[in-house]
Amino acid sequence: MKRIGPFLLERRLAPPRMAVFGVSALAVVVALLLAALVFWAYGVNPWRAYAEIGRGTLGTVGGLSDVVRRATPLILCGVGLALAFRAQFWNIGAEGQLLAGAVAASGVALFVRVPSPWHLPLMFLAGFGAGAVWGLIPALLRVKLQVNEVISTLMMNYIMAYIVEWLVHGPWKGPTMRGFAYTDMFPVSARLPLVAGTRIHWPTLVIGVAAAFVVAILLARTRLGYEIRVVGQSPDAARYAGINFTAVLVLAMVISGGLAALAGVGEVAGVHWRLRSPAHVSMGYGYTAIIVAWLARGSPVAAVFTALLFGLIFAAGDLMKTTLRLPFQITGVFNGLILFSLISSDLLMYWKVRLAGKEKAWTGQAGS
Amino acid sequence: MDWASWLVGTVSRALAYGVPLLWGTLGEIYAERSGVVNLGLEGMMILGAYAGFAVAQTVGNPAWGLLAAAAVGLVASLWHAFLTVTLRANQYVSGLALTLFGLGLAGLLGRGWEGKPLRTPLGAVTVPGLSNVPVLGPMLFRDQTILTYLGILLAVVLWIVLFRTRWGIVIRSVGESPGAADAVGIHVALVRYLCVAVGGVLAGVAGGYLSVAYRPSWTEGMTAGMGWIVIALTIFAAWDPLQAVWGAFFFGALYHLSFRLQAYIPPELLKMMPYAFAILVLAASGLGGARWRTRAPGALGVPYVRGER
Repeated sequence: MKRIGPFLLERRLAPPRMAVFGVSALAVVVALLLAALVFWAYGVNPWRAYAEIGRGTLGTVGGLSDVVRRATPLILCGVGLALAFRAQFWNIGAEGQLLAGAVAASGVALFVRVPSPWHLPLMFLAGFGAGAVWGLIPALLRVKLQVNEVISTLMMNYIMAYIVEWLVHGPWKGPTMRGFAYTDMFPVSARLPLVAGTRIHWPTLVIGVAAAFVVAILLARTRLGYEIRVVGQSPDAARYAGINFTAVLVLAMVISGGLAALAGVGEVAGVHWRLRSPAHVSMGYGYTAIIVAWLARGSPVAAVFTALLFGLIFAAGDLMKTTLRLPFQITGVFNGLILFSLISSDLLMYWKVRLAGKEKAWTGQAGS
Repeated sequence: MDWASWLVGTVSRALAYGVPLLWGTLGEIYAERSGVVNLGLEGMMILGAYAGFAVAQTVGNPAWGLLAAAAVGLVASLWHAFLTVTLRANQYVSGLALTLFGLGLAGLLGRGWEGKPLRTPLGAVTVPGLSNVPVLGPMLFRDQTILTYLGILLAVVLWIVLFRTRWGIVIRSVGESPGAADAVGIHVALVRYLCVAVGGVLAGVAGGYLSVAYRPSWTEGMTAGMGWIVIALTIFAAWDPLQAVWGAFFFGALYHLSFRLQAYIPPELLKMMPYAFAILVLAASGLGGARWRTRAPGALGVPYVRGER
């Protein structure tokens, strides 16, 4: 216990939920204040910018629907990453797994002929499979050959991005697309329905939210979920309990990679209706989803809400480009600042602050 | 083109492309030897590349550009050190944040400079005498910048410091067993700050080299994943500065070949090569078994809290 002025600081082992929420919210606010400096440096009044963003994203139906559309892939990737992070498997590869899903779905959309009601389900299935394979390779490399998964998953992002580049410039380049690096347009049976008047491809959104609840139940109520948590929290205990590391990590990564891949299916089938260059298919959703999962502290259901927050930041990025003439890269700065601010505040949650001499306890953020 | 000149050109360019990998890897080796993983390499390199270009273009002197790149790398790495050593934040996440932030900020600031060639690039040096040796001369001693030779020299110096001096023992013991180091009176946090800072300076120069010497211009995202290759190389080199030299030039050759072979293989597939090889070499070091694994610093990635354990 430490004493600072009239306050007593006491360390605690597990922070209460309110402290986690309070500190995280505070961290996001601090990051937005820091980002205000960037606006200011660009000669844009930060308050005006934030007001503009608020009006443009949350104030109109079109804006709100854009937030949801941007959040959809983030939900799927974020839920998958939350699961992997619970097993302490550092899957930085959601970007590549997403693209793997996009590739498989495009392959089915363009080259597989099935009765039209089966086209989309088959695309989702193929996408999930491709993402699962792309996810389980780093899991196997880690278990069998001790290859650090941060590097393998990252390298596989680049590899998949170049595979997509190769496909759209080479073998899959659409004959009707002349000079552009696109595949042909998907047939109508391979396009996802949209919510009327918006660009929200709702089947992907529904799958994402459902996945969040399924993964939450999986983690909390099943044997696999229990084993994932033990492997993550205490590898030694897992070894004593005879938990099969290979099976647990492989399954966790099959689900994690598969979910990220579903996001990719949604992007090509719901937004672009064709495969195009990787930067257009994804815009860094897989990387942003790392922050989504981190901010959600590994909770799949919370990831739905944090994904919405980052959907808002993406939508704001679009808006800033058009209305304030600021480059889209500003979203990267935003995301980096939020992540910095989140991890710096982590320590705060573990300290209980109270006034010396009084019994009333305060939550973490009171002492900051 | 005949075989000899093809080989000469390839080796010479491989050296040139290996330089940023070498500088970055040497720095990351020091950071990791002290127990701190810095996944912010890509971010520090791109910030270094931007700062190097902007300053060299404004001042008209590439040396100032490289100095600025080093300074920016230093500041970025100190931020990482503050978060991970002082605040004991997760090293992986802090590094990723640094990369996201660095790529975003460099992209933002660099928009006005995009695509313009640098007026005053860092010139090539010709080593007197040696450059006239047939084959080896043009291969190794011409058309390189001073940073190629400085990098190799640096690798030797850093190896000597790490394995033959007291400082080296201090650094390695902090990375191996910070508790024991603390018990004998070593300032763990200070050592880690210094090593991460060395990593930042070298990463900054590595980025600066790209925009001031190798391809004297600024393009958004011009580091193209080199920072991540550096992290793989650090493991591949088994945290040994001298082995980093071979690793860096091997990957330099891969990068170069991915341009060179475009006549025969689709360029997109060639560009994949360095990344695929990074996984392969790590898998190969895994096959190497315990010998490799036990070389990793014992406390790598673990924040040190005095009095715990």
